[in-house]
Amino acid sequence: MAGMIQQVQMTGIVKRFPGVLACNNIDFDLHAGEVHALLGENGAGKSTLMKILYGMYQLDGGSIAIDGAVRRFHSPADSLDAGIGMIHQHFMLVPTMTVAQNVALGQSSDKKFLLDLKTVTERICELSAAYGLKVNPNDLVGHLSVGEQQRVEIIKALYRGASIIILDEPTAVLTPQEVDDLFIILKKMVKEGHGLVFISHKLHEVTALCDRITVLRDGCKMGTRPAAGVERHELIKMMVGRDLKELSHRDYKPGAERLTITDVRASGDRGTETLKGINLSVHAGEILGLAGVSGNGQLELAECLIGIRKVDSGRILLDGLDIASMKLNERIAKGMAIIPEERMRDGAVNDFSVQDNVFLHDHTDKEFRTGIFLNFKKMAAHAKKLVGEYTVKTPTLETPIKNLSGGNIQKLIMARELARKPTVLIAAQPTRGVDIGASEYIHQRLLMQRDAGTAILLTSEDLDELYALSDRIAVIYEGTIMGVFLRQDTDIQTLGLLMAGIRPGDAPKPDLPIASCEG
Amino acid sequence: MPMAFMLQRNKAAVKAPKKGDGFEFMLRTLVPFLGVFAALAISAVVLLMLKTNPIVAYSAMLQGAFGSISGLSQSLVKATPLLLVGLGVCIAFRASVINVGGEGQIILGSIAGTWMALSFPDLPSAILIPACMTVGFIAGAFWGFIPGLLKARFKVNEILSTIMLNAIALQFMNFLLQGPMMDPEGIKAGTFLAQSARLPESSWLARLIPRTQLHAGLYVALGFAVLVYIFLWRTTIGYQIRAVGLNPNASRYSGINVPFNQMLSLTIAGGLSGLAGVIEVMGVHRRILEGLTGGYGFTGIVAALLGSLHPLGIVPASVLFGGLLVGANTMQRAVQIPAALINAILGLIVLFVSGSALWIHNIIKKRKTAAVVLAPVKDAEQ
Ligand SMILES: Nc1ncnc2c1ncn2[C@@H]1O[C@H](COP(=O)(O)OP(=O)(O)O)[C@@H](O)[C@H]1O
Ligand SMILES: [Mg+2]
Repeated sequence: MAGMIQQVQMTGIVKRFPGVLACNNIDFDLHAGEVHALLGENGAGKSTLMKILYGMYQLDGGSIAIDGAVRRFHSPADSLDAGIGMIHQHFMLVPTMTVAQNVALGQSSDKKFLLDLKTVTERICELSAAYGLKVNPNDLVGHLSVGEQQRVEIIKALYRGASIIILDEPTAVLTPQEVDDLFIILKKMVKEGHGLVFISHKLHEVTALCDRITVLRDGCKMGTRPAAGVERHELIKMMVGRDLKELSHRDYKPGAERLTITDVRASGDRGTETLKGINLSVHAGEILGLAGVSGNGQLELAECLIGIRKVDSGRILLDGLDIASMKLNERIAKGMAIIPEERMRDGAVNDFSVQDNVFLHDHTDKEFRTGIFLNFKKMAAHAKKLVGEYTVKTPTLETPIKNLSGGNIQKLIMARELARKPTVLIAAQPTRGVDIGASEYIHQRLLMQRDAGTAILLTSEDLDELYALSDRIAVIYEGTIMGVFLRQDTDIQTLGLLMAGIRPGDAPKPDLPIASCEG
Repeated sequence: MPMAFMLQRNKAAVKAPKKGDGFEFMLRTLVPFLGVFAALAISAVVLLMLKTNPIVAYSAMLQGAFGSISGLSQSLVKATPLLLVGLGVCIAFRASVINVGGEGQIILGSIAGTWMALSFPDLPSAILIPACMTVGFIAGAFWGFIPGLLKARFKVNEILSTIMLNAIALQFMNFLLQGPMMDPEGIKAGTFLAQSARLPESSWLARLIPRTQLHAGLYVALGFAVLVYIFLWRTTIGYQIRAVGLNPNASRYSGINVPFNQMLSLTIAGGLSGLAGVIEVMGVHRRILEGLTGGYGFTGIVAALLGSLHPLGIVPASVLFGGLLVGANTMQRAVQIPAALINAILGLIVLFVSGSALWIHNIIKKRKTAAVVLAPVKDAEQ
C-alpha cells in the first residue's frame, strides 16, 4: 500500500473537560509496524487521547505530527483522509444492512453518484483474504456475532485506507477464542506495515500482543516500556499508583458447617434441568471457590440458595435449618447475603441514588424507618458510613448509582450486603469487569469476611482469582459438581480440565473425598 | 392511545425528582408545556387549512378557559377529577403498571358514594361527606385491585383487563340507572331519565364561588397531590413501588415483592379514580347521570404524563388540561370546527409531551455526567 504513515508523534497533548483534565501534557508516538498499547484504569484518559488523534475531540494544547509534518484534525473525516482509523468500543454499524453496504456507507461518493457495490464486495474479499478477516460481504450485519461485527469495523477502516488503526478496548466484548482470532489478525496487519494502538486495561493481553506499552493514570503519562521483559507488578504500580497487597498466606481453620447443599436439583429459565443434584458444603471461616465456565449452573445455584429460584428437590441447610422453601427475606434474616452476578441488572437500581441503593433490602429495617416513614437522617448516616468504610468514590450520596464506575458500584453492593454481618455470603463473579484497584479491594474484603467467620461461596470464571482466594475449590460442569479439592491438593491445569468436563483418568483421586473434606 | 403510554413507560425510569438542581427542575416543568405550545402551533396550520383563523380560535379557547371567573372556575372543576385520576396513574406508572381503567373506577366510586349518600341522608355533613369519599375510594380501589390481582397471579396484561373492566362498569351503571337506582322523581313524572335520585344536601360539597360549579373537591384533590408526593418519596411502600418500577430484578433480589407492589399501586390508582368519581357527583352533578365520567379516566393519563409523572407536576398539568377541555368547547362554538379536530389537537399534545420527555432525558443525562466530573470526588483511596 502506498503512502503508509511511518510515524505519528503526539507532543504535550492537553485536553480539558468541564472540571477534569482528561489529558495532562501527554507525549505519545507510534511507528509503522508496531502495536503500541495504551494501558490504564477506567477514566485514565486513554479514549480521550486517541479520540484527539482521530479528530473527534479538539486538543487544548500540544501538537500532532504525522511523518514529521504538524497536522490538525478537525473531524474524523480529516484524520481518515490522513490515514488514521479508529474502532470504537461500541460499533457503528447498521444492523439491517449487509456487510458490503455498511462498508460502502461511510464512503462519500464524491466522484461516482451510484453505489458500486460490486467493486466494494471485491475489495472486501481482497482485504479479507489479505488479513484473514473472515466475513461474507453479503451477510446482514444484524446476523453477525460480536466478533464478526468487529471484523467488519476493521475492514471498514482498511477499506478507507487507514494505515494507522486505533482499537479502543477491542477485547472487552469478545470471548477468549475470539480474542485469539483477533490477535492473529492484528499481528498480520502489523506485518503489512500498519501501526496499531491497542487500548486496554488487561495486563496479560497487552503483554501478549504489544511491542511497547504506555501507561496512563488520571490523565498523566506514567511512562512507556517495551513489552518484552517488563515486570507485571511494575505495570500495575504504574496503573494503580501503588503496589497491590499480596494476598497473604492464610491458615485454614474451618469452623462449623454453615451451608449444606444436598442433592439440589432445579430447572433453568428454559425449563430444562440445570442443576442435576448438587452437593456442597461451606464452613464458617472458609471460602469455597466454585470454578466453572459460565452457564454451567452457577447462576441458578446462587438463585436457589438465595431463594428466587425454586428448588425442584434436595435440601439447603443454613446452620442446620432447611431453608429450601423459605422466602428470600427469611433467608436474609437468617444470615444469608448475596453479591449478584449481574450487578447492574440484579444488584442495583440504576436510577436510584447511591443512598437509596444501600437500602434495597434494609429500608424495612426498624432502624431506618418510623412506622411507614423512611428515616432519611439515619439512612444518610448509614450510607455515609458505608461509603467511607468501603472507599466508594462518589461525588454525593444523591448521585444516581449509574454514574459510578463498575468497581465503585460493586464496592457499594458489597458494603450493603456485608453490613448485615451475614453468616453465609454468596459472591457471584464479584470482580468481573471491575478494574484492578477495586478488584484488589474486593479480594481483601472477602478475606476479611472469611477471617471474621463468614462462610463464603465464591463463583468466578477467573481461575487465578479462585485459586488465590479459595480454601477449597469445587468445579461445576453442566449442573454437576466434578470434584471438590483442598486448594493445595490441586492445580490450575486439573481444574481447567474439569471445567471442560474432562475427568483426567490418570489424575489421582483427591485424598479427601467430598465427605471427609467436610468432616 | 395505549401505544403512547407504553412508550412512556420506560421514561418513568428517568424521572427521579430527587433534589435536582434549579435548571433540571425548570427543564422538567417547562419543556412539556413548550411541547403543548408546539402542538398548538401545528394545529394552527391545520386550522388555517380549514380556513379558520387560528388566532381567533385560540383566543376564543384562552378566553373560554381562563378569561373569566366562570371560565376559570369551570377549568378548575374539570381539573379536579383529572388531578385525582392523574395521581393514581402516576403511582401505577411508578411501579411500571399502566392504569387505563380510570373510567370504570370513576363509575364504581360514584355509584358507591351515591349509594352511601342516599342511604344515610340524615347523617351530618361532617360525617356523611368523608364517609362517601371513603366508600367511593374503596369501590374504585376494588376495581383497581381486580386487574392488579390478575396481573400478580396470572400475569394478565393490565391494559387489557382495565379496559374490559371499564366496559363492565359502564354496563353496570347503565343497569342501575335504568332500574334499581333510577330517580323515583323521574319515574313519578314519567320522564324515566337515566339518572339517580338527587343526593341529600348534607352530602353536597361546598361551592367556592357563587354562580359557578367550583367546589371544595378541588382542595381534596390538591391535598392528595401532597399526600401522594409524600407517599412516593417518604414512605417505605413508596420506595418499594419506585424500586419495582425502575428495576424489578434488583427488587426481587432484595426481597421486595414485585407482584404485590404492582397490585398495590393499581389498587391505590383505582381508589384515587373512585374518589374522583364520588367527588364529581357530590361537587358538580349531585347525582349520577349518564356521561358522568367525561373521559377523565383517559385524559387523566395524559395529564399525568404532561406532569412528568410527578404529583406536583400533575397539578398544573391538570389545570392546563381542564382549561383545554373547557376552552376547546368555546373554540368549537366560536369558529365552528369539527369536534374530531379537538381530539386531534389533544392527541398532538400527547405526542409532543412524550417527545419532549425524551429530549429532556437526553439533556439531563449529558449534564449529569458532566456534573459528576465537576463535583469534588471524595478521595477515599486508602
Ligand atoms: N465527552 C466528555 N465530557 C466530559 N468528560 C469526559 C468526556 N469524555 C471523557 N471525559 C472524562 O475524561 C476522563 C478520561 O476519560 P476516558 O478518556 O474515557 O478514559 P478511559 O478511556 O481511559 O477509560 C474521565 O474522567 C471522563 O469522565
Ligand atoms: Mg475508554
